[in-house]
Amino acid sequence: MSNKTLKVALIGNPNSGKSTIFNLLTGLHQKVANFPGVTVEKKTGTFSLKNTEGAVLQIALTDLPGTYSLYPKALDERVTFQVLCDKMHSNYPDVAVVVADGTNLKRALFLCSQVVDLSIPVLLVINMIDLVNAAQTTIDTKAISDVFGIDVICMDARNNDGIPALKKALANYPTKAGKTIFNQQLFMPELNEALAKRYQLSSDYASFLIANNYKYISVFKEENEAGFMKDLLLQYNFEQSLQGNETLERYKFISSYMPSFVHNQALENKKSYSYKIDKILTHKIGGYAIFLFVLFILFQTIFTLAQYPMDFFDNWFSAFSIWVADNLPAGLLNNLLVDGVLAGLGGILIFIPQIALLFAFIALLEDSGYMARVSFIMDKLMRGIGLNGRSVIPLIGGVACAVPAIMGTRTIQNWRERMVTIFVLPLISCSARLPVYALLIALVIPPVKWFGFFNLQGLVLLVMYLIGFAAVVISALVIKLFIKDKQPSYFIMELPVYRVPQWSNVLYMVWDKVKVFVFDAGKIIIAISIILWVLSSFGPSLKMENIDKQFALQLAQPQADTAAVTNTMHAHKLEHSYAGIMGKKLEPLIAPLGFDWKIGIALITSFAAREVFVGTMSTIYSVGTDNMLSVKAKMQAEKNRHTQQPFYNMAVGVSLMLFYVFAMQCMSTLAIVKRETGSWLLPVLQFVYMGLLAYGSSFIAYQWLS
Amino acid sequence: MESAIIKLTELKPGQTGIIHAIMNADIKLKLYEMGCLPGEPVQVLIHAPLGCPVAIKVANYVLSLRLSEADNVLVLMET
Repeated sequence: MSNKTLKVALIGNPNSGKSTIFNLLTGLHQKVANFPGVTVEKKTGTFSLKNTEGAVLQIALTDLPGTYSLYPKALDERVTFQVLCDKMHSNYPDVAVVVADGTNLKRALFLCSQVVDLSIPVLLVINMIDLVNAAQTTIDTKAISDVFGIDVICMDARNNDGIPALKKALANYPTKAGKTIFNQQLFMPELNEALAKRYQLSSDYASFLIANNYKYISVFKEENEAGFMKDLLLQYNFEQSLQGNETLERYKFISSYMPSFVHNQALENKKSYSYKIDKILTHKIGGYAIFLFVLFILFQTIFTLAQYPMDFFDNWFSAFSIWVADNLPAGLLNNLLVDGVLAGLGGILIFIPQIALLFAFIALLEDSGYMARVSFIMDKLMRGIGLNGRSVIPLIGGVACAVPAIMGTRTIQNWRERMVTIFVLPLISCSARLPVYALLIALVIPPVKWFGFFNLQGLVLLVMYLIGFAAVVISALVIKLFIKDKQPSYFIMELPVYRVPQWSNVLYMVWDKVKVFVFDAGKIIIAISIILWVLSSFGPSLKMENIDKQFALQLAQPQADTAAVTNTMHAHKLEHSYAGIMGKKLEPLIAPLGFDWKIGIALITSFAAREVFVGTMSTIYSVGTDNMLSVKAKMQAEKNRHTQQPFYNMAVGVSLMLFYVFAMQCMSTLAIVKRETGSWLLPVLQFVYMGLLAYGSSFIAYQWLS
Repeated sequence: MESAIIKLTELKPGQTGIIHAIMNADIKLKLYEMGCLPGEPVQVLIHAPLGCPVAIKVANYVLSLRLSEADNVLVLMET
């Protein structure tokens, strides 16, 4: 037994510090994916340990969604139920690590008792022991260990205290199930036996839970098995409504032991500072003012602070591209590398600072406990437009990226509210639009400063985001008029204690998101960039040959200005390339919006991902010029064919920005919506609705401004 | 001292009661799991700026719920 892989599941209440422990254990060896069949985020990670005999133990850790109970009422709980109750599940653990918030021990022990009754060996981690100690309370781990028959350790994950103890406990992991807590007397032994004969069941409690919720277990997706289960339940007159009873019984059991578990029961700890902060942050006026101020700071930070690393990247990358172009042998391959691959890559790298800053901000708000207060003060407003306080976090998350945000809507239990949130969410300006805004704002808005620090460009950026928010509100209101609510909606949620955000949690989140952006979005961007290079470098051969011949003649003349002629030739070639032909086909349709065929090309490629706009522009403008100016300078130099004025004036810039605010140009979002809603109806509706909004508003803006 | 059974929503911020019963089955199940059980003391802390939802202190933590949900929670209050 030198290289065994131990499957470990992390389970715990929301806000118990589970993710902090996960990060501490796995470090950067973590992967984010989905649980099979549902879009509930699954974080897995591996690490190895040496036990006391020196044998190496591989650990595969799965982070389960935070939950209060194993009853599968919401999607998150369903995943936890599936993993822990279905022995055939690929993540069924050898050991369950239950993470408990030491200041909410009773509630945590309730969940723990359910896991123990599944006969999975349990290691109980009592976290936030610092807060427990601060309240001059002691927890008797020996007593808990005796009553439940499980291993118990304490830790303070935030201050990185107790990880060695946890690792040691995992190295000598428990193999025995704990003591049965809740003896399901109401559960019929005959039914249990009949079930156990046919299926692998870990315990009586597991079969009880499965009998109650068999439709979520994969084997019962088969008609035969579901039929068998139905007949069996009918035969034994199985009634489903015992959950409330069980909960009461479990709490009764735990309560009877609480005096021996916790000394100084008066857990009146120092949480009152949280209450004082709440008085300010949820104040009638102050609460909203602070929230707006936080948003304001967020956007100013993204625009001004990110500028320095972005400029650095830009200069460095331009220099690198020139170096490559000059030092590699000239030819088709050189062009492909510089104008295709590197141009696309530059377009990705330059936006890392903004994405990183944005997610750092969101992670800070979440980790400190402020996000929950935002939901709290926004619930009534959100309900007014047919949404839910819980919609706020996905909507704010939508500022980063609609894809994870739409996945995040699963915390909204009401189906209708969830659908509406998903429908309107892509109207929020995501980080993929940010590069587009940034480029266009830099192009058409002067960098004026008001009162020394108000940056006009930053202000316009804020306006872009506000337009997106307004579109969300109006759209949700319109939907509210047409679709009526059937299901009750709930807003029962813990307001966690305020804590100083943990830098490592913030950094892991930033790292995860940047990785997703660079590798997932990056792949598409580079692929599109190469396709674009091909489209814009080649065209119908007859036409291209003619251009070659025509310009060869001009160049052959002794007095020819070589550089000027070459430039004109490239411009001609681009215009007659496949990309140019496509863009021109589109031009009549988009001319009323002030767009030319070059923008037409970008609109087509942007469908892959909006930020491709910038890459496309880089490619389009680098083909046909022989210097390495930044894309901004090149676009600035672009002249209107008819007026010879700069092409990118206020009217075109604003029209284009508005188009990007509204249009559904993201195949990943459409794909995720299809997956979350189970049909193409919503994505198709979104595409049409947002397309019409985009066309309409750009049309009005351009006609009015020009 | 007399006691009366009232709705949780009738408690003013700062006032404390004892959970007596929870009416709606779904809400009952959810609140039970979160440790809001009959016999637990509950204190109303703060209302959101627009009056709803309300934050209550129960089982040593702060829980937020809407007035429509809190209406289902009956509490025993000493008067």
